[in-house]
Amino acid sequence: MKRYLIIRLFQSLLAMLAISMIAFVLSHLSGSPVDAMLPDDAGPEEAERLIRLWGLDRPYHEQYLVFLGNALQGNLGDSIKWSGQTAMGLVLDRLPATLQLGGFAIIVSTIIALPIGVLAAVYKDSPFDSFGKLIALLGQAMPNFWLGIVLIWVFAVTLNWFPTSGRGGLANMILPAIAMGWFQVAALMRLTRSAMLEVLDSEYVKLARIKGVPEWRVVWVHAFRNAAIVPLTYFGLIAGSIFTGSVVIETVFAWPGTGLLAIDAIRGRDFPVVQAVVLTFAGVFILANLIVDTLYAYLDPRIRYR
Amino acid sequence: MGAGATPAIEVRDLETQIDTKLGLIKAVDGVAFTVDPGETLGIVGESGSGKSITALSLLRLVPRPAARIVGGEVILDGEDLLRKSEAEMRKIRGRHISMILQDPQTSLNPVFSIGAQVVEAIAMHAKGSRDSLLKRAIEALRHVRVADPARRVDDFPHQMSGGMKQRVVGAIALGSSPRVLIADEPTTALDVTIQAQYLRLLKDIQAETGLAIIFITHDFGVVARMCDKVAVMYAGRVVEYGPVREIFVNPAHPYTRALLKSVPTIEEDVERLYSIRGQPPAFWDMPRGCRFEPRCDVALPHCKQDYPPEFTDPGSGKTRHCASCWALEETEWTRNRS
Ligand SMILES: Nc1ncnc2c1ncn2[C@@H]1O[C@H](COP(=O)(O)OP(=O)(O)OP(=O)(O)O)[C@@H](O)[C@H]1O
Ligand code: SF4
Ligand SMILES: [Mg+2]
Repeated sequence: MKRYLIIRLFQSLLAMLAISMIAFVLSHLSGSPVDAMLPDDAGPEEAERLIRLWGLDRPYHEQYLVFLGNALQGNLGDSIKWSGQTAMGLVLDRLPATLQLGGFAIIVSTIIALPIGVLAAVYKDSPFDSFGKLIALLGQAMPNFWLGIVLIWVFAVTLNWFPTSGRGGLANMILPAIAMGWFQVAALMRLTRSAMLEVLDSEYVKLARIKGVPEWRVVWVHAFRNAAIVPLTYFGLIAGSIFTGSVVIETVFAWPGTGLLAIDAIRGRDFPVVQAVVLTFAGVFILANLIVDTLYAYLDPRIRYR
Repeated sequence: MGAGATPAIEVRDLETQIDTKLGLIKAVDGVAFTVDPGETLGIVGESGSGKSITALSLLRLVPRPAARIVGGEVILDGEDLLRKSEAEMRKIRGRHISMILQDPQTSLNPVFSIGAQVVEAIAMHAKGSRDSLLKRAIEALRHVRVADPARRVDDFPHQMSGGMKQRVVGAIALGSSPRVLIADEPTTALDVTIQAQYLRLLKDIQAETGLAIIFITHDFGVVARMCDKVAVMYAGRVVEYGPVREIFVNPAHPYTRALLKSVPTIEEDVERLYSIRGQPPAFWDMPRGCRFEPRCDVALPHCKQDYPPEFTDPGSGKTRHCASCWALEETEWTRNRS
């Protein structure tokens, strides 16, 4: 277990390092990063200051080390669009809003998807199973931005049950979480269902029944503990899609998170902020996967004792 | 039947249907047998003859929702299990009838420790503190000769060999001291030496506890070693039934004779191995008459017309030797009224 986790931790750091290199290379693609990092109307003395700060007059490998050192201290340069603010500072200000909405969407999707997936497998080919399939089909057929707009139109504008946009309490989160999470519900549900079907057909489930284990325990203890490993591997991916989703959903719902910031920064050609968003997303994504791997080892002794 | 001895289990006219893609089939069609305490019944027959479905029917664990037990009786302690509620059946499974499955590699739950799985088997039918249950689990593992069981309880299935896992399955199946054990090809997946050890183990436990065993196998060698009597199944029916010696020395049904001829002996090489020509009939297209007729070397004209009645060897002792075949009409065997 320890070895497995150390290896995973090491791999995560390596991945982070690789991403920092990509970010570094990208900043050099358009010629000098100075152009990317300064407003168009900046004077030569400002360019001079930046070159010294980032060691841009030195060889590339040294430049990269300076970049890495700065990045590790959370310094990714100043924002171009929002003058007087650091890129990282802007991102960190907005991150809680994104994590709040994304976390809410993940938790709600999981709470909805897992039981439906399990019961759809247990009651295979029943009306409940068909209902589950319909939910999954809808979730996978509707693009999230379109779903968001429809939800606003129906439940906020027409019925007036929820606010149309902005950050706030639970009421504000419900519609964007549905728009963001429906697809995940569909995917998780289908994964859980098929994993459960396979496990319920297994010999060890048969043996559990032979022992006299009651059916609820067969389903939720013997079968589900095994089947859960499959959707869990998918959680790492979900964490990623929550961020990509946040760019769209936060725009549709005017939710002041990092996704919305990314759009604004791209529109304003604010390279340092875009870079800060990308690196932060990558960091959180890798962290989420590390957590998934840890849970994975916890659930599956074949990994724990390797 | 011996004076006063009640059978551990008695099965009468068991019928189990399966709703398959190709139609409704009767995978078990009027199967009957009895097993006394301390006795071993072998069930033999080709793949698909309904051996496993018969076994699962006794536990009322046929694959759902496709399969359904539609007739017969399974008598245990004078009560018909087929009339029991699901809740009552749960108290019987593991406690009165238990089962060992074919593949030890997949029979244990990979995410729970050996100890937890054996403890659960015991806890389903006994009350006790965690400690006392664990003690009993360790005893159960010792009983199936798992070495150093107090330490192995913390192991997970993937840390054990196939033979060791099958012993653990044995400990689970026998954890609540059932009186009837069904073993569905329990050694097919094991290699030869381990197989012999396992059979020895079952025999020893049986001698100790008076367990009644229903042993399902393809292997007549195993039947000779393990069983007191044999039921030969063909296409969902028992075609011959009798003491193991009678079946070997004096097989009455052409199918049994063909099966016996296909047993490899040490001298014969595989090339010359006899195999029964043709295929068993498809369940959804069952012949009206004898189900073995298309493959039978001694078929009579009316074999095609009517299913043969059961005949009994008048010289039979305690365990009747009977078979369903028209050819027995011409012999001293007596026709059973049905
Ligand atoms: N879950 C199922 N769904 C549909 N048909 C089934 C199912 N299980 C078994 N059958 C059918 O029932 C018949 C009897 O199967 P069974 O498993 O009892 O055979 P068997 O004698 O145990 O064979 P084997 O020696 O291969 O284990 C076969 O024709 C099989 O195809
Ligand atoms: S009944 Fe006829 S066909 Fe069937 S086994 Fe006997 S002789 Fe052969
Ligand atoms: Mg079988």
